Amino acid sequence: MIRTRALVAAALAAFLSAGAASAAEGGPLPHREKWTFSGMFGTFDQAQLQRGFQVYREVCSNCHSLHYVRFRNLGEEGGPDFSAAQVKALAAEYKVKDGPNDSGDMFERPGRPADKFPSPFPNDQAAAAANGGKAPPDLSLMAKARTFARGGLWFIIDWLPFIGYTEQGPDYIHALLNGYKEEPPKDVTVPPGGHYNEYYPGHIIAMPKPLSDGQVTYAKGADGKPVVPETVDQYSRDVTAFMMWTAEPHLLARKQLGLRAMLFLIVLAGLLYYVKKKIWSDVGGETHGLQPELHKTS
Amino acid sequence: MATTAAPSDAAHPHGATRRDFLFLATGAGAVVGAAALAWPFVASMAPDAETVAAGAPIDVDLTPIADGQIVNVFWRGKLIFVRHLTEKEVADMKAMAPASMIDPAPFLSRVKEGHERWLVAYGNCTHLGCVPIANANGQEGWACPCHGSQFDAVGRVTRGPAPINLPIPPYAFQGDAKVRIGEGAAA
Amino acid sequence: MSAHATTYVPKSRFAKWFEARLPIVGLVHSSFIAFPVPRNLNYFWTFGAILIVMLASQIVTGVWLAMHYQPSATEAFNSVEHIMRDVNYGWLLRYMHANGASMFFIAVYVHMFRNLYYGSYKAPREVLYILGVIIYLLMMATAFLGYTLPWGQMSFWGATVITNILAAIPIVGDTIQSLLWGGYSVGNPTINRFFSLHYLLPFMIAGVVVLHVWALHVTGQNNPTGIPIKTGKDAVPFTPYATIKDVFAVVVFFVFFAYWIFLQPNYLGHADNYIPANPAVTPAHIVPEWYFLPFYAILRAVPDKLGGVILMFGAVIILALAPWLDTSRVRSANYRPIYRQFFWVFIFCCFLLGWLGSKPPEGGYVLASRIATVYYFAHFLIVMPLVGLFETPKPLPGSILESVTGPGKQVGSSGIPAGATAAPSTKG
Repeated sequence: MIRTRALVAAALAAFLSAGAASAAEGGPLPHREKWTFSGMFGTFDQAQLQRGFQVYREVCSNCHSLHYVRFRNLGEEGGPDFSAAQVKALAAEYKVKDGPNDSGDMFERPGRPADKFPSPFPNDQAAAAANGGKAPPDLSLMAKARTFARGGLWFIIDWLPFIGYTEQGPDYIHALLNGYKEEPPKDVTVPPGGHYNEYYPGHIIAMPKPLSDGQVTYAKGADGKPVVPETVDQYSRDVTAFMMWTAEPHLLARKQLGLRAMLFLIVLAGLLYYVKKKIWSDVGGETHGLQPELHKTS
Repeated sequence: MATTAAPSDAAHPHGATRRDFLFLATGAGAVVGAAALAWPFVASMAPDAETVAAGAPIDVDLTPIADGQIVNVFWRGKLIFVRHLTEKEVADMKAMAPASMIDPAPFLSRVKEGHERWLVAYGNCTHLGCVPIANANGQEGWACPCHGSQFDAVGRVTRGPAPINLPIPPYAFQGDAKVRIGEGAAA
Repeated sequence: MSAHATTYVPKSRFAKWFEARLPIVGLVHSSFIAFPVPRNLNYFWTFGAILIVMLASQIVTGVWLAMHYQPSATEAFNSVEHIMRDVNYGWLLRYMHANGASMFFIAVYVHMFRNLYYGSYKAPREVLYILGVIIYLLMMATAFLGYTLPWGQMSFWGATVITNILAAIPIVGDTIQSLLWGGYSVGNPTINRFFSLHYLLPFMIAGVVVLHVWALHVTGQNNPTGIPIKTGKDAVPFTPYATIKDVFAVVVFFVFFAYWIFLQPNYLGHADNYIPANPAVTPAHIVPEWYFLPFYAILRAVPDKLGGVILMFGAVIILALAPWLDTSRVRSANYRPIYRQFFWVFIFCCFLLGWLGSKPPEGGYVLASRIATVYYFAHFLIVMPLVGLFETPKPLPGSILESVTGPGKQVGSSGIPAGATAAPSTKG
């Protein structure tokens, strides 16, 4: 018994102290932001997605592809929800490579809603060559492909409804876009072509600070005043929300269907519980009740 | 205790109904749930969004198509013949009496008014889907290699076993030199 | 309880004609309708039914996903995204399948822990139990193969790491590795054959499940007291009593399952698997899916490559030896005051190993992994044989019925007087 207790104590101590250690590794953790799409009832803010798309289009798309997104997706419900005509006009602004035609040549034509977003570079090698040896990653899945460890025993709590936390990906992107430091800490030398970012693993990121205040001009509201501030913080929020949508375009449908499915299952489970109780009452109940009128068994 | 263990129906005449209703409601719930669960599986087998989007109308430029030439195009993965009828073929086709046909159809129901020299028709035999060979044995229409069906120059069946004429896809002329196939079709 | 003895009496002429030629209705009747079930089973016993439903769910969603998935190094990732974005309800099918694997393992671990706690592995259920261990091994192989199929970074590097583990086997290791790869590294031939095997194995699991259920119906079910059915009063017929309880439990489990599918679909996965496979870049932290973490911790606890592999496989194989390592004559840990405490330490040890498996192999983690690994094996090799010999079990109830109704009561005319016997029974 003594051995058992000692083992439990030792293991428990290791468990907790190790948790604290991992939380401390690698600089500050991204701040937990408020997102409209988080939680059980989360949904995308259509206007925010449209602004985020504008930021992607005017800034990010110069280097980053959006391989898994089609123009038609921009008109889908639960997303930026542009009108069919807007999507068509938007697609037509892009030149898309098609072919070969009857004479065997590739040719360019205006984009159609069914087309992919054209990539800024013809292939990964060209992208790497133009960007100091490292190809800018595709952004379609970025919000799901990035995360950070909160450390400790948070993983036991983070999946729970209402108190859980699963937006590490978007929070990381938002933090990264705001995490550039003009003056790196004294003990860090930033190599040429590198940039200091507090939240990037290793802190030296190849991407230069992409956003600056006032860089993207948003559409004004009906009263002629800006709807949201035109700041790096706002831009990064909007483009992060947009990236969450590109990573999980059916998020709204998923959550809506899920709540209905779970409600249905809970009701069904409740009914089944009473059915079970009724049936078992024939043999005097499951755990109490006496002298059952037992059915004949073999 | 035997009295409580025995079905309580005797003591409570409404017990049976209540119990039956509970069982019935639960059974109905289970059936609804099973059907709801089956639905996504069935729906996932229907054409996906990419396939539907790829079925957008296509434009065919008619200028390079010579007199008498037949061009194969694909829309929604289906073969479509675009046939530039010669003057003689138009005259021959107009002369045929619909009454004697397997699937009677007047000439003007096969082409668009004002564009009588152009036939746009699906390219699979209406019997079992083989591709008929154009102008086989010197005749003006198509002959199917699989089971011997024959079609005239505007795709009307002239010999079985094909039961109906080659269907006409939805299409519209964009001016005289361009035709848009799929326009007006349901997505 | 075997297929031969059935209480089914065909009524119609057709039923008689059919039963004389293929007695399958009688088989189903004796196995799933009239089959006597101990009346004191708790909800831990519903996990068998939950597991069968999960196997069916995985097979059905898998078959449907295979209608859209393309097993090639260039197209696999794209086709998974195609499923997620363009296929109608494709996201639902994929999340059901991906999270279904985790639910399957949660259910199987509950099932296994129940088995270990109530001593269900003991005679006469050894074969039933070993079939279960085989199912578990097949599940692990299937899960590993399936995890490689999306061809993300974790898929690729998981496949690389695990196939390199097999290369540690002396003499034949390299040959096995290159036969699995179909090339000189993990690549297109690998994913193609992994897909084929991933499709095959679940049906093999289903086959072993049939044997597992068959063996169960020969020996009958264990129960929380561990004592066998003695009279008809100890049991209830499978249908409707166990059936309705199982259905209720399955639906409750579905509520839990649905929560993961719809509201936390990516929590149990790895973010890195949303990055397409890249043979030039290894993710910073390579960890397997959560259900393999305890074994991964054991693998890394050993500084020697071959030794780690042997210990990792040994951790599963040793499960199969439990019926012979446990010397106790009492099955249920409810009546084993000392073993019961060791059992909970063992459970804690398994969770600890799982947590350690997710941590980088450095510093205190390695030491903790080693201690936990030693305890894991000690539980089977030392605790099970010794505690069984020295422990004095608590008195067992006279019958299953008595354990339900409470002692000291005369239960029915043919009931056994309370407290008449405390002797443990080893007979099924």
